Amino acid sequence: MAINWFKYSAPTTFYGLAGKLIPYFAWPAAILFAIGIYIGFFVAPTDATQSEAYRIIFLHVPASILSMFIYLIMAGYAALGLIFNTRLSSMMAQALAPTGALFAFVSLWSGALWGKPMWGAWWVWDARLTSELILLFLYLGYIALHASIEDTRRADKASALLAIVGSVNVPIIYFSVKWWNTLHQGATIKMSGTSMHIAMQQAMFAVMAACWLYAIAVALARVRGIILEREANTQWVNDLPEVKQMNGEHS
Amino acid sequence: MTPRQKRMWFIVAGLALVAAAVGLVLFALQNNVSLYFTPTQVYNKEAPQARSFRIGGLVEEGSLRREQDGLTAHFKITDTHKTISVVYKGILPDLFKEGKGVVAQGKLEADNVFRAEEVLAKHDENYMPPEAVDAINKAEAAKAADKQTGASSAEYPVAK
Repeated sequence: MAINWFKYSAPTTFYGLAGKLIPYFAWPAAILFAIGIYIGFFVAPTDATQSEAYRIIFLHVPASILSMFIYLIMAGYAALGLIFNTRLSSMMAQALAPTGALFAFVSLWSGALWGKPMWGAWWVWDARLTSELILLFLYLGYIALHASIEDTRRADKASALLAIVGSVNVPIIYFSVKWWNTLHQGATIKMSGTSMHIAMQQAMFAVMAACWLYAIAVALARVRGIILEREANTQWVNDLPEVKQMNGEHS
Repeated sequence: MTPRQKRMWFIVAGLALVAAAVGLVLFALQNNVSLYFTPTQVYNKEAPQARSFRIGGLVEEGSLRREQDGLTAHFKITDTHKTISVVYKGILPDLFKEGKGVVAQGKLEADNVFRAEEVLAKHDENYMPPEAVDAINKAEAAKAADKQTGASSAEYPVAK
């Protein structure tokens, strides 16, 4: 069976496809999140040294990993848009930025809440924390730069450059705990396996999968909005039943 | 080259250049990016003199001593090679424990005692339920007992 994948790189067709796909990501996200949080709070045992406070990892670790991954995906889309001049790629990059910023913020915030009782400080300027803060600023900078340029094509190009240059920061975040002395601990889940208790792992991976699915669902919903906004003057948008209905209400 | 390929190589080359530049900057700033100095570095005079800095390492087993006022604590930070005595007046974080990681900020006095203004606990990457820690401690105790009696847990009786 031959599928013409390029068909869906056109905003016109992708708009409908994205709308159909959203529930398939949103519902599993909600269910997996509920399962993960349930295991995390009621099944996973307490930690020997940190007692209950360690449970922040069930949110903190997925949020941190997602904030880094989403940045790389966003930069990838931005690069595709820049190289191939595909409209949808730039729209996807723009759609991913707020979700990435949200995860970076959750990562920093949950980390601070954990840091005060465990380390004794809300914040330290160690390499891991500082580079994650820079990641949040890169997201906010990307969003602000895009919003500050009137012409969307030029906004896409300028912010794509920022996104691509900023991607240098992601490996720095990841390896910071190896390269330098940091207060932040090293990775618990390594390529060679993990020492974590099985229920702790289950909770963390369930929430991580939920965050992935949530990010995809939200990005698809947002890209639909962006498509409508950018193509507002075209015939196909005006022919959409939902747009017709809305225009009918107005008149 | 098509304009498309040109743009691609421009991005690849640009990214490589930026990465190299950032890499060089971070390499040059290596000591400034690190949060703390190890006791060995302090002994080698790599840490700043007469200026506040951070020492990181493990709290030496059996070195923690509290004064009568209940606030002043004396302990030693070690990297298992060199050891530095620390005095700190204040509340120690929950995770502060002998044998565990710690980062202290303060000044090294003339008597080679580090006067800390802030003590932070450093957590390691292990997450374990209390029972698992008990089991590990028991296993280690059993191993130590085996060593004393001369038997090894790895060997088992084989019929000859």
